[in-house]
Amino acid sequence: MTILQTRPVVARPEGGSLIEQFELGLDAPICLTWELTYACNLECAHCLSSSGKRDPRELDTDQCKAVIDELQRMQVFYVNIGGGEPTIRPDFWELLDYAVSHDVGVKFSTNGVRLDPERARFLASTDYVDVQISLDGATPEVNDYVRGPGSYDTAITALKNLQDAGFKDAKISVVCTRQNIGQLDEFKAIADQYGATLRLTRLRPSGRGADVWDELHPLPEQQRELYDWLVANGEDVLTGDSFFHLSAFGVADGGGALPGLNLCGAGRVVCLIDPIGDVYACPFAIHDNFLAGNLLADGGFENVWQKSELFNDLRSPQTSGACTTCAFFDACRGGCMAAKFFTGLPLDGPDPECVQGYGETALASGGRVLPQQGKDHSKANPTRNQPIMLTLTRRDDLQAPPVSACAEDPLAGLTF
Amino acid sequence: MMMSTDMLNEPWDLSPAVALRPEPFGAMAYHFGNRKLTFLKRMKLVEVVRALAGQPDIRSALEATGVPEAQWPGYVAALQGLAATDMIRQRVTGQARTVQKGVA
Repeated sequence: MTILQTRPVVARPEGGSLIEQFELGLDAPICLTWELTYACNLECAHCLSSSGKRDPRELDTDQCKAVIDELQRMQVFYVNIGGGEPTIRPDFWELLDYAVSHDVGVKFSTNGVRLDPERARFLASTDYVDVQISLDGATPEVNDYVRGPGSYDTAITALKNLQDAGFKDAKISVVCTRQNIGQLDEFKAIADQYGATLRLTRLRPSGRGADVWDELHPLPEQQRELYDWLVANGEDVLTGDSFFHLSAFGVADGGGALPGLNLCGAGRVVCLIDPIGDVYACPFAIHDNFLAGNLLADGGFENVWQKSELFNDLRSPQTSGACTTCAFFDACRGGCMAAKFFTGLPLDGPDPECVQGYGETALASGGRVLPQQGKDHSKANPTRNQPIMLTLTRRDDLQAPPVSACAEDPLAGLTF
Repeated sequence: MMMSTDMLNEPWDLSPAVALRPEPFGAMAYHFGNRKLTFLKRMKLVEVVRALAGQPDIRSALEATGVPEAQWPGYVAALQGLAATDMIRQRVTGQARTVQKGVA
């Protein structure tokens, strides 16, 4: 997509498809992501918000409550709360209560660190709260490789605590990577075991994700594997509509698009409020290019949502360049804006993971300049929770331990 | 297409758990109980749904909002869709609004 210099004013059609309406934006988001803090106990390698340290400018309790009041007035019926790790804010539970009692439902994402049996019982007693536990591997080896040592056990303990407390239908949120695509059935089994629902989402090259995207993003054949798995199991699995770039598979084989909007909702039906009150077009685009304004400095969230020049641009017709002539354009609509931006691809070209292969060509064509990431709250020094993305292997060409040049044994270097 | 004449003669109402949010093209309906989200894609349909509470039956609501009779089947179908997810529910005259019309 390219943001046009002069915007034609398009009259909103009466009737028409929902997608056409959504492309022109809504008076308030359908739902939004609200990151409460950049502080986190973990240091996941692919953190999309480069979280770690708290930002001293983070909204305080009263400011957060004022945001909730405004969301209630705008009739935003639920928010996805994340971070950082939102539950390590001392006022997290107070804010949760406040939101729910003001008709703003909450789904919060957590690594599970604070979900002890007592908290689990509290959560089970509420009926307008959803909990989403992050798990990026169905085994400790695969999960801890990117999320850090011990994080698998933390997540599973939290799931168990929730189940024991009688909390119904927690979500297990998985970022699909090269390392875990082969574990989809195992993830489903874990979800079934804990009475939870599986949610699969796409790895974005955002935040620290940009550093590891080349190594973690699913290979082309794994994309197909993922699409086929979603078609077969999609009914019981949530995706946050994040795989619309895979829908182009469906056109070719008649298998159809994946359920969901299949539309980039950035600035149109969704957005992100970050811990300091900056409003971005989407959770995967924490960068000045996608910053619509600040709800403290620019007269509140509603004002930013409705009046921001950036958001109004996103709600006007976009050009999609070469993609427009592709037979699959109606299925994927050019893919994910953030994925293109953070891999240094033009916004009016193919998605880096375009299933027709145009993304690989574009990535290989050179001349890409990766943009600077927006905000970095990573910890200055690694802690014991930092994932170590190394795997011990043997060199294929060595059959035996190397032999020192000084070895005098006549049998040195011989293998039997 | 058969039109459900039954529904035309029945009193219906917005579910108590549902909020309607105005949108440029119609409205977004959100059900706080089952957490389902639905979009009403026409302004006129929003008018009809809002009129339900003040009218003895759906027929009167359609008449009061000036929907041409030729379009009633379309509106009834849309209302049946809303009933299927409990966005609107049948009002039991003279009783508390607790009974939900069983809709498959």
